[in-house]
Amino acid sequence: MGSATSELPSQRTPLADAAETGLKIVVVGGFGVGKTTLVRSVSEIRPLNTEEVMTQAGQGVDETAGVERKTTTTVAFDFGRISLNQRMVLYLFGAPGQERFWFLWDRLFSGTLGAVVLVDTRRMQDSWYAIDRLEHHKTPFVVAVNRFDEDERRFSLDEIRQALSLGDHVPMVDCDARVRSSGKEVLITLVDHLYSLALSREGTS
Amino acid sequence: MTRKPVDIGDPDRLYTVTGGRSEADDSFDLVTLIVSECEPTPGMQSEHARILELCRHPAALVEISAELKLPITVVRILLGDLHAMGRVSARHPRAARSVAALPETALLQEVLHGLRNL
Repeated sequence: MGSATSELPSQRTPLADAAETGLKIVVVGGFGVGKTTLVRSVSEIRPLNTEEVMTQAGQGVDETAGVERKTTTTVAFDFGRISLNQRMVLYLFGAPGQERFWFLWDRLFSGTLGAVVLVDTRRMQDSWYAIDRLEHHKTPFVVAVNRFDEDERRFSLDEIRQALSLGDHVPMVDCDARVRSSGKEVLITLVDHLYSLALSREGTS
Repeated sequence: MTRKPVDIGDPDRLYTVTGGRSEADDSFDLVTLIVSECEPTPGMQSEHARILELCRHPAALVEISAELKLPITVVRILLGDLHAMGRVSARHPRAARSVAALPETALLQEVLHGLRNL
């Protein structure tokens, strides 16, 4: 994670004054899978880091104590930016896949174009929950397998598709999150997929 | 995560910044672009002044949050105040005429085009 980058002196690169539309794509995946690396490789700014806090009344557990307990949920995430043209700017969010994060999904990521699930083949179980939640939120996604080091037990995409119980309709792509052209290809795979989905919707309406 | 600006010792600071409020106006999306409509004035709340400086050029809510090191909710509250006073304008996602009129496929084609040109 590149969390410390926000401590550097700020050298902001402002958006074009004509910028009028912000768009969102979310990269989800387990800890250390390379989300920040992917964001950094395609972003026009160094990734920034921020957080959301949410205070909730505690539920059930301590009722006998007669004290209403509150829990504070803090979710940190980082993001980068791609100016697509003078008017449109795409924000790319690297988001932790852990459970508490999904409580904040609607508040943070409603209206997201789509998501990339970044998978590390040594810890595929980290991806199951993310995939389940994205399906629950009806967010279209692609699965990108980060081959960032010498992966001795190199599973094929088909094997990974089986391991993740992914339907054939979910595109999969190999990538090296450190490489800009590879990160770019992942995003194009996602938007191509979104385009096909939109095309079939417009065809039936 | 090593950076926890808000958690360091002083949660009360958040309430000071927002005048005690913790419920935000959700009409500001993370990627709503904010543009200043005036210059900061002397005596203005410092967070308001910083937002006005940051948004001389458009900046997304999430960028303001990162630069000010304040949580999203707090920035939503601050922006709600500034917007109500007419000191900033907001360009909401997909509200722009050039985008709202587009079918989804045309919007995505523009995104694809932009990505391929990277």
